[in-house]
Amino acid sequence: MSTPLQRVIDQVGTVVLGKQPQVRLALACLLARGHLLVEDLPGVGKTTLAQAIARSLGLAFQRIQFTNDLLPADILGVSVFDSTRQAFTFHAGPVFAQIVLADELNRATPRTQSALLEAMEERQVTVEGSTRELPDPFFVIATQNPSHQLGTFDLPESQLDRFLVRIRLGYPDAAAERALLAGEDRRSLLAVLPPCLDPASLRALQDEARAVHASGPLLDYVQALVTATRATTELAHGLSPRGGLALLACARAWALIDGRRHVEPEDLQAVFPGVAAHRLQAAGSGDSASTDARIARLLAEVPLP
Amino acid sequence: MSDRAPSTPPAAPMADAPSTPRTAARIDARREALWAVPVIALLGAPWMLGVRPGWMLAGIALGLWRLVSVARRLTSARQHEVVFAPSRAADGWLLVSLLLVAAPHAQRLPIWLTVVVAIAFGWRTLTRLGRLAAPPRWLVPPLAAAVSLGVYLQYGTLFGRDAGVALLCLMAGLKLLELRARRDANVLVFLACFLALTHLLYSQSLPVALFSVAAVVAIATSMIGLQQREPNLRASAATALRLTVQSLPLMVVMFVLFPRLPGPLWSLPRDTGRAVTGLSDSMSPGSFGSLSASAEVAFRVEFKGPVPRPSQLYWRGPVFWAFDGLTWSAGPEIESHREGPLTVQPLSAPIEYAMTLEPHDERWLLALDMPVAVPPEGRISQDYQLLAHQPVRTRLRYEGLASVAYRAGAGESADSLARGLQLPTGFNPRTRELARSMRAQAGSERAYVEAVLQRFSTEDYFYTTQPPLLAGPHTVDAFLFDTRRGFCEHYASAFAVMMRAAGIPARVVTGYLGGVVNPVGNYLVVRQAEAHAWNEVWLQGQGWVRVDPTAAVSPSRVQSGIAASVPEADPLPMLVRGNVPLLSRVGFTLDAVTNAWNQWVLAYNAQRQRSLLQDLGLDAPDWQSLSLLMVGAVCVVALLTGVLVLRAGPRRRLDPEAALWDRLSRRLARSGLAREPGEGPRAWAARVGSARPPLAAAMNAIAQRYIDLRYGSPPDPRDRARSRRALARAIDALEP
Repeated sequence: MSTPLQRVIDQVGTVVLGKQPQVRLALACLLARGHLLVEDLPGVGKTTLAQAIARSLGLAFQRIQFTNDLLPADILGVSVFDSTRQAFTFHAGPVFAQIVLADELNRATPRTQSALLEAMEERQVTVEGSTRELPDPFFVIATQNPSHQLGTFDLPESQLDRFLVRIRLGYPDAAAERALLAGEDRRSLLAVLPPCLDPASLRALQDEARAVHASGPLLDYVQALVTATRATTELAHGLSPRGGLALLACARAWALIDGRRHVEPEDLQAVFPGVAAHRLQAAGSGDSASTDARIARLLAEVPLP
Repeated sequence: MSDRAPSTPPAAPMADAPSTPRTAARIDARREALWAVPVIALLGAPWMLGVRPGWMLAGIALGLWRLVSVARRLTSARQHEVVFAPSRAADGWLLVSLLLVAAPHAQRLPIWLTVVVAIAFGWRTLTRLGRLAAPPRWLVPPLAAAVSLGVYLQYGTLFGRDAGVALLCLMAGLKLLELRARRDANVLVFLACFLALTHLLYSQSLPVALFSVAAVVAIATSMIGLQQREPNLRASAATALRLTVQSLPLMVVMFVLFPRLPGPLWSLPRDTGRAVTGLSDSMSPGSFGSLSASAEVAFRVEFKGPVPRPSQLYWRGPVFWAFDGLTWSAGPEIESHREGPLTVQPLSAPIEYAMTLEPHDERWLLALDMPVAVPPEGRISQDYQLLAHQPVRTRLRYEGLASVAYRAGAGESADSLARGLQLPTGFNPRTRELARSMRAQAGSERAYVEAVLQRFSTEDYFYTTQPPLLAGPHTVDAFLFDTRRGFCEHYASAFAVMMRAAGIPARVVTGYLGGVVNPVGNYLVVRQAEAHAWNEVWLQGQGWVRVDPTAAVSPSRVQSGIAASVPEADPLPMLVRGNVPLLSRVGFTLDAVTNAWNQWVLAYNAQRQRSLLQDLGLDAPDWQSLSLLMVGAVCVVALLTGVLVLRAGPRRRLDPEAALWDRLSRRLARSGLAREPGEGPRAWAARVGSARPPLAAAMNAIAQRYIDLRYGSPPDPRDRARSRRALARAIDALEP
């Protein structure tokens, strides 16, 4: 007997092949009420992942393709004068959906980026003086091209911090790729995915994730990890307190997916790269690969208290 | 005149409590350290030194301390006097630690004193429990005067060890009754320290020393508790233990370097009239039988070479010449020590040994028969007894040289030979008659000696530690002809009489025969039960020849020791019998520990100190420079310890589960499967399981239990303790 969450992961796995850890991390991010950043080359299944999650959870899905001429209003919505009613009516933008895929976020100008990021943070949108609540659950999956590609505006660190988890999908392995080639069209598969959860029970699960027990020694471990990122000279700067909170929240959700009511150190270790990597930057030359290596070393070296 | 009974109000906020509890704890700990170092050094040093000046110095230090604190109190115009409001717990610990150090004195104090002290303790206990008001303030000074008078009347003095200890116990009791301010509690802590020290004035054995250290830890625990608002017994005890351990280097330095001067000033007060078991200066029937019940150690011997055969281990003690019909004694002293070279001619390779003689309050030094060299600690008498210059009142160690085959006294003076023939007239007619007839039958003196021994071995004579009483006045007759049951002294006495009656000079030699090799320390232990008496006869051309009539009766006594030769039913100390293997193994170990303590700690005297310092390149420093050296070394060690302690900082305490987890890691480390620092429990269990599949199931179960305990939702404390125990069992049961 698998839990609904387990079923979601399995089902998404039938569409996005061979990416179970990433799928799981994405779900944990959602359960922790965070937002997900997917960083990878175009065509590795970012959109498919977002759509599969949306369908499996039975959530309304919107996609925004970011371009460098996209304006904030294109995201949030505009008020248009309705001549029949002699009044302005608000046309909600694509952000008013439960799952929003912000594709190629770093191709938009910073101004547009920050409009989305503010909406993510506040979970509400203020347009022309009136404040509108965004739906709940509200989950943004932003994709980002690797920053060395042309025509990108890198997200500043402060903005990256708004994303709870960053994952990389990467190329599928040989078996997954073969299955992909041999199998049906992803689009038609997506169309028939049945929802495993409804929004109400997802909200309940989100509440449950928040209540997962974290013992004293576990908090010690969180602190030890956070302190280690700050103490090491290999990283330009350490994790912020928000980073520590994110770590704990994500680990709680991860434990909940396992059906546990308490966090274990290994939950922390599982989510640590996803939560920490995009918030940390290797000192010196610092490409992302060396940051990942540093993080792996950190995990191996910081003793469990 | 209000009765300010300390009804333990809720702990008042301390005036100097720093703002955060963490800093407060740290400052407290440092203050404790500052206190404890002198206290423990004062306590530890004198007993290690075994000297009275340590006692005096401690008194002076305490006096100065009191003076300073009194002066400070006067200058601060009493405005800071803190009403004593420690937590009830710390108050109780103080009471318990005082009781701990005072109680053993009850065996020595006169009964009325014990009762007074007990009443004081009881009163304080009842006050603490709120059952009884504290005594009014005016009561204590007259009480103190009264008990001091009582002590004076009891002992005739207020000074000295016994009176001093009695006074100290009494004052501690009275001080308990006026425990009001914090300084009273501090005084009590010091009194307790002094009481802990006083035990060493009575005995310096290892158990007493260990007791003192334990008492110091207990006292330090209560001292720490008194400084804290919410004392925790385990934490305070741990701190006290840590402080004690930290003071160890200081103690070692003071032990090694404290100047030791010879002379009465430096020696401990002597026990006079202490009952000492051992050989005596006379021998009568029954005197050795009583010794056979004593397991007390007479001496210990380390041989340079192999241990000689048991039948060669005759330890020579007092030699008796004079017989009055019942008792043998040394007789009137003639020319008491030999001039010129020894008349002993060694006929075998000399045996070297080092003897550690327990004090016996007499002058003789035991020596392996026959001594061929005289240690500087003594001289040799005409009848080859080693004699010390003074009675042996402290444990004495000397080197000996012996030859088991020898020719001695071939040219003995006529005077001596005449002494060896004296017999009291009118005693033991039957024995004399027998001797005469046997001598007539025997062809030579040698043959006669053999004939007498033959009689003991072939006729019905028995060797027992419990011979029947001999009816006087003809005790030798009664033994030889009637009872025929005796211990060594009966045979030695009868044999000497038989010899003398036949005109052969003979004497009785007492001492010890045999000993048990302690396999743990590889030395020989000789106990009082192994006391023995034998004879020497003077034969023309051969000189004094050792003859042991007991050997004729009971050859096993000589060949395998006393345990094999006396009947099972006879009382003999279990340690001597050695028929319980476990007990004798424990006994050997204990004796080896005692011996090491005696040799290395108690025997560390001025001479040893000098030779140690010489090894360190310091040639015979006088006591002034030694004192300077000690003060310097103490400063250096204290500084080093302090730096180490402060640099180490507060150690993170492991919670019990983490400690168990470390234990598991240590166990698995032997198989190279120790936990990596960042390795989670499940990952570790999986790694161990894949490396050692038989362990997989157990390891997973252990990891699960550990995770539940450490990271799971908090369970009931009792469940927690239970599953912690289960985890410990599972970890111990794991066979890596």
